[in-house]
Amino acid sequence: MDTKNIMIVGVGGQGSLLASKLLGRLLLSRGYDIKVSEVHGMSQRGGSVVTYVRFGDKVYSPIIDKGEADFIVSFELLEAARWTEYLKPNGKIITNTQQINPMPVIIGAAQYPQDLISKMQSAGIDVDAFDALTLAEQAGSSKAVNIVLMGHLSKHFDFTLEQWMDAIAESVPAKFLELNKKAFLLGRDA
Amino acid sequence: MKQLMLGNEAVARGLYEAGCAFVSSYPGTPSTEITEAIAKYQEVYAEWAPNEKVAMEAAFGASIAGRRSFCGMKHVGLNVAADPLFTISYTGVNAGMVIGVADDAGMHSSQNEQDSRHYAMAAKIPMLEPADSAEALAFAKLAYELSEKFDTPVLLKMCTRVSHSQSVVETGDRVEALKEYVKDIPKYVMMPGNAKKRHPVVEARTRALVEYAETADINPIDAGRSHAMGFITSSTSYQYVKEVFGEQYPVMKLGMIWPMPEKKIVDFAASVEKLVVVEELDGFIEAHCKNLGIACEGKDTFSCIDELSQNKVADAMGAAVEAGKALDTAIPPRPPVMCAGCPHRGLFYTLKKNKVTVLGDIGCYTLGAVAPLQAVDTVICMGASVSGIHGFCKSQNGAADNKTVAVIGDSTFMHSGITGLVNMAYNESNATVIIVDNSITGMTGHQQNPTTGFNLKGDPCAKIDLETLCHAVGIKRVRVVDPYDLEQCDTVLKEELAAQEPSVIISRRPCALLKYVKHKAPLTVDTEKCVGCKACMKIGCPAISIIDGKAKVDATQCVGCGVCQQLCKFGALTEV
Repeated sequence: MDTKNIMIVGVGGQGSLLASKLLGRLLLSRGYDIKVSEVHGMSQRGGSVVTYVRFGDKVYSPIIDKGEADFIVSFELLEAARWTEYLKPNGKIITNTQQINPMPVIIGAAQYPQDLISKMQSAGIDVDAFDALTLAEQAGSSKAVNIVLMGHLSKHFDFTLEQWMDAIAESVPAKFLELNKKAFLLGRDA
Repeated sequence: MKQLMLGNEAVARGLYEAGCAFVSSYPGTPSTEITEAIAKYQEVYAEWAPNEKVAMEAAFGASIAGRRSFCGMKHVGLNVAADPLFTISYTGVNAGMVIGVADDAGMHSSQNEQDSRHYAMAAKIPMLEPADSAEALAFAKLAYELSEKFDTPVLLKMCTRVSHSQSVVETGDRVEALKEYVKDIPKYVMMPGNAKKRHPVVEARTRALVEYAETADINPIDAGRSHAMGFITSSTSYQYVKEVFGEQYPVMKLGMIWPMPEKKIVDFAASVEKLVVVEELDGFIEAHCKNLGIACEGKDTFSCIDELSQNKVADAMGAAVEAGKALDTAIPPRPPVMCAGCPHRGLFYTLKKNKVTVLGDIGCYTLGAVAPLQAVDTVICMGASVSGIHGFCKSQNGAADNKTVAVIGDSTFMHSGITGLVNMAYNESNATVIIVDNSITGMTGHQQNPTTGFNLKGDPCAKIDLETLCHAVGIKRVRVVDPYDLEQCDTVLKEELAAQEPSVIISRRPCALLKYVKHKAPLTVDTEKCVGCKACMKIGCPAISIIDGKAKVDATQCVGCGVCQQLCKFGALTEV
């Protein structure tokens, strides 16, 4: 099969590494060649972060370039808008509707753009926006946004629910397993 | 067993399997996880050293004692360790010694974009360069074989995209490899008479390594359908070339980037109509080809600035690159910021308020340079704040003494701030150094250091007392402040700037992200009292915004540090 590309974008500290870990476990168990590229160091400090997940028969580059992403999964609305150029012509953006002001907006040097969802749609971009934060809170923790988003993404793949659940069990501590399973299902049903 | 492993973890696994017994490193993005991962193997002694020079010399000591050893660092760390590097090239090793160095093309978390391959050539030490995690594991093991076979330390060169990408590896078992220490003065005592005899040994070794490179499995040629063009490449650049061209053209991949083969490259060049060298940063392979008299495309086609990608390779080669749709809307940038509750914030606010010139250093506190604080004037390299302020103030004959400070973190001070402070005491500066002691090495993700009282494995250990240390090098005025207390910071800063002798202020509070730090409840805004004056916005806290003319605190981020409260004249920021 051709290489599939999933970008996970958000704000440093939102938990994108757990999302990519979950995908990595799932894809490894299905026998794919995989590359997952992460960001460490300075940009983690509240900055814009991106993780690349690529899988297929043989994956060369560790990164996803402009025009290549099948899916962009975004933890935050502005970050979804930031990366649209990376989407394939028929790619899809799945985004949390949560808004987190970056420092230039906080200090009044820039504006948080309004109506980003409709702007993306009128640019011909396939956007699936939903309130993952509220669902995460329903599951028991605002930190479960990452798993809610993975649940929503899971609708677009043929992997069974059991395969996803096994990967979750391998990726999260036992005491948070039920919370994360609930978060995943809420995202999958959303 | 197949596993998904970070490149750095794969290096650690390779070291482990090769019987490495001693590891000494200094953390630095993107190299840090190699040493964090190796510390989890009980068979391996692993430590954080105060700096890379100490780490390399410790690893060398272990090697001559007969234990396979490793030291790891980022590219700029190799500058610090360059002194031993050039001479252990002459002595060679006893048990194998591997030096891990991770470049940061694209400067994701670095102050420059230097190309460490030049060190291999300059120090005449072989360098291996893996392109994914499986190679990182395999090359770490091979590095020990080469080290012992050719009697040389071996450089293992990583880069951000190999260090911080996970890919599939297969692990093996550990094989112990112990040697006896043998006294050998001509080999290990590098005084001129001995060193003169070692230099020819080094040159002969390089020639032998070139012979090895001609047929080595780590320099493979992938066949291509057309010979209209051929590529020579290495590391992630190889991945980008394969991503774009697949099996279309032959590709020579150099797993050993120094020394490079000669005949093999000449023959390869002759087998293709056009030779293209694809490499990140400098034209290192290209220069080698041109030295061999081979015409090739290189840095005239691919920039020496920033990292490469598949689209950059395709674009440079004239292949179509189709980007997705960009929005017709300005997307504000989201730069990294000091975290909510960061103890550095109150200190930098005080420095800005007092309009002092700040010679900064390397760490999270470098972020004191960004808006709205913009309180850092210079950042060069580890320790440069302390050494620099001495020159800055001395050269102005006292005119700068009461309005200039150096700011350096606890770990960075241990790394290379101490010698600068010795110089200040010895040569009688009047300058003020502020050690921002957050009880951890923060920027690289919370590594212990000699001031924290814990070692790499997390066990309690000797703890350097900063106050005593500063006194011992000859600084009489040493003050400690709590950076959450703005009034205290302001008073002490003014007093120490006025003092007619060198002084140190220790701004002490643990990093807000440390697990053991207990936070207060988030603050709330009394909207009756808030007049929207934005005084609380001056500290650049990501937890505070002005919404509809009133301050608003984001309860998910606020840790109740109370710094903003001290700026509010109306008592509008309150505890719940």
